Amino acid sequence: MSELAITVIGRDRPGIVADVAEVLARLGANLTDSTMTRLRGHFAMTLICVGPAAADVEAALSPLAADGQLLATVRAVTPDGAAAPAGEPYVLAVHGADRMGIVAAMTRVLTDAGGNVTDLSTRLTGSLYVVVAEVDLPPGTFDEVAGRLARTAAELGVGVSLRPADTDLL
Amino acid sequence: MTTEYAGLAGWTPAALPVPGEVRPVVSAPDPVLSRPGPEVDPTSDEIVRLAADLIATMRVSPGCVGLAAPQVGVGVQVFAVDVTGHPKAVTVHGTFVLCNARVVEATRWKSGREGCMSVPDLTGDVKRASRLVVEGLLPGSGAPVRLVTDGFEARALQHEIDHCHGLLFLDRVAGAHAIYQRKVYQ
Repeated sequence: MSELAITVIGRDRPGIVADVAEVLARLGANLTDSTMTRLRGHFAMTLICVGPAAADVEAALSPLAADGQLLATVRAVTPDGAAAPAGEPYVLAVHGADRMGIVAAMTRVLTDAGGNVTDLSTRLTGSLYVVVAEVDLPPGTFDEVAGRLARTAAELGVGVSLRPADTDLL
Repeated sequence: MTTEYAGLAGWTPAALPVPGEVRPVVSAPDPVLSRPGPEVDPTSDEIVRLAADLIATMRVSPGCVGLAAPQVGVGVQVFAVDVTGHPKAVTVHGTFVLCNARVVEATRWKSGREGCMSVPDLTGDVKRASRLVVEGLLPGSGAPVRLVTDGFEARALQHEIDHCHGLLFLDRVAGAHAIYQRKVYQ
């Protein structure tokens, strides 16, 4: 049983999810984790599925990509199970005038502090650039990381906030 | 010294001695929206005029239930709120302006989808207290006010108080997938 990492991206149109999911289902590929979203008119899918060989999936997806509107990649990956959380969860928000290197500079601060980005999305709307990231930080590093993020944000001329991720256990 | 806080006690915009003028609303990434504003003297002519202008600007903006001074380019702790007639509002205090407001009690946190006139293209899921006690000062008289409210008016107050402290709803969204492109229906 192999685990596959699949990406599909292309100009958005109705039916991309159905087309791709149908191919996978026909091959007996079990779709596990995935994210699928529209990014500035392109539909992007990142999926993990378990089952068939990578070559079979690649071959089955190729007709979908034949018109040049969709790009699909398939890669076998090593199933290593869910990683234990590396620290305490926080939400980072950055917003300001768009410029080069905002994500690079802010995530470098997190990485240097031993943090790990677990989810991140960005939006550009007009001249406003927004980054929201979920990040695990080593215990006891919050104050230092928040200070470094504030200094880096000031250099970039953007606003930043870092706050604990809210988890409601019911 | 103990401050005696009262309710709004029938305060209306008519209490302001000047007519309001509509001011242009600024949008992110204008830096005035990200700077914490200083406290003000609520009895000064400048703040009384600002209060009247905030109400006038809120009135002409469709769907606007609150407007803070930074949104008209003035980075100080003054905002107007009016949730009258809003379908989600339970407790409603009418139209009012508060200066130097602060949250003194916040309970019953609930998530809700929020937008902002200064972030016109995005909305986001934000957790806010649905029971709220706020203290502030009325423009003009400078009278101290204590407001007890809930639901949508509580959310509006927290959103505006955040503006006064240089925070947007974007700073409070729940996670990486909690901001959304605002839908445009034609």
